[in-house]
Amino acid sequence: MTTKREIGIVGYGVYIPRFRIKVDEIARIWGQPGELVSKSLGVFEKSVPDMDEDTATIAVEAARNAVKMASINPEEIRAVYVGSESHPYAVKPTATIVAEAIGATPDTTAADLEFACKAGTAGVQMCYGLVKSKEMKFGLAIGADCSQGRPGDALEYTASAGACALLIGDKNLVASIDHTESVTTDTPDFWRREGATYPSHGGRFTGEPAYFKHVLTAARNIMESTGTKPSDFAYCVFHEPNAKFPLATAKKLGFTKEQLAPSLVVRYIGNTYSASSMIGLAAVLDIAKPSDRILMASYGSGAGSDAFIYTVKEGIEERRKSTPHVQDYLDHKFYLDYSMYAKHRGKIKM
Amino acid sequence: MSVPRVWRRRKVLYRLEGAKCPKCGKIYFPARERCLECNTTPLEEYLFSGYGKIVTFTWVYTPPKGFKSRIPYCLAIIELEEGPRLTAQVVAVEQNDVSIGMPVEFAFRKIASEGKEGVITYGFKFRPKGYPNHAK
Ligand SMILES: [Zn+2]
Repeated sequence: MTTKREIGIVGYGVYIPRFRIKVDEIARIWGQPGELVSKSLGVFEKSVPDMDEDTATIAVEAARNAVKMASINPEEIRAVYVGSESHPYAVKPTATIVAEAIGATPDTTAADLEFACKAGTAGVQMCYGLVKSKEMKFGLAIGADCSQGRPGDALEYTASAGACALLIGDKNLVASIDHTESVTTDTPDFWRREGATYPSHGGRFTGEPAYFKHVLTAARNIMESTGTKPSDFAYCVFHEPNAKFPLATAKKLGFTKEQLAPSLVVRYIGNTYSASSMIGLAAVLDIAKPSDRILMASYGSGAGSDAFIYTVKEGIEERRKSTPHVQDYLDHKFYLDYSMYAKHRGKIKM
Repeated sequence: MSVPRVWRRRKVLYRLEGAKCPKCGKIYFPARERCLECNTTPLEEYLFSGYGKIVTFTWVYTPPKGFKSRIPYCLAIIELEEGPRLTAQVVAVEQNDVSIGMPVEFAFRKIASEGKEGVITYGFKFRPKGYPNHAK
């Protein structure tokens, strides 16, 4: 009897900074009805990094958690990819900092990826391909962002900070990646020009032709090519720029609120951009049972969606005891008012 | 710190790497070339667990140049569980959270960044052990 060789997640790790600001508090500054804004977005508060935290530091923290769960020799990690739209340097990779900090250097490849909020899942696909083709035993894909919204802009209510690392391999899996495929078109719904501090977006253009078209198509395509339907999955995870978009997506595809709810961390931490759907997946892996199937579709403006089907493996309950869960990071928080928030995010020039 | 100096120290800063004497087992942080106990050279690389406790601490209100936006911050002498002591910042704490003997763990943070155009130095700081579940 032969057993099929499976590729998947051998360890996952997250990191969310401890500071929060309430949507209500941001609305107060701009003379907006806070409760209404909060309700329409489905977001109550968002995470804010400490003054000595950035995309590199939170990527390292998430990566250390993933490596700890996998309990492997980090010298065997032969690829480190960091997806972000807020890399600390314009020129000089974040991935080299992460690779050095976890002890993967020097016999490894490393690169920074950019594709708005789906750069992290693009890294997962690259690691999946490299491990599947037996080029390497382990590859590490990270989605991390300390995103910024222009003061007063709609994005300011949700642009937040968080990181998730997925260590991909072919043994001792926490969850297998059963299938992955993508949808991509050139759609300018959100952008930031070189040298600009804050991103710009196409307003209403961001919904139907951008997020929904790509995420729905990717999710439908992957179910069609694998002959699956919503009821075959225990959970679904979609990119969470707010709670409204993934809720509408789940409904349109025929998933229940219950299948989506465990991944909806956007309510408590905001939109962590490249980490968003990956932290959603981690929150599901934190509670899932062996043989549960998970459908995931990320979204990156510009625009594209990467879809994945995962199956949770035996032994996950023991493995996930070694590292903090998403809920642990959600629970440990410290609120900032708008003036302290402005100081944290460098909006006060000294 | 100069760029070459930070670069040479990156394993120390990023991972708490020190040295261990292969003959008598004495552990050093930071690493050194020769054992002070038995004169053995070279010493082996040694990775610290990242766990330790606070020996003493102070809250800094008058910082060196470039750290003004971060005050007040907690500076502590930490005794690593393997023995050596070092000075480092304690993060993820408010003023009433810190005490002598408090168990701490490695945290990866920005140490310094030179203006808008210079290099960013990353490295170890410490936070309460078991973070973010330390208060539960
Ligand atoms: Zn010796």
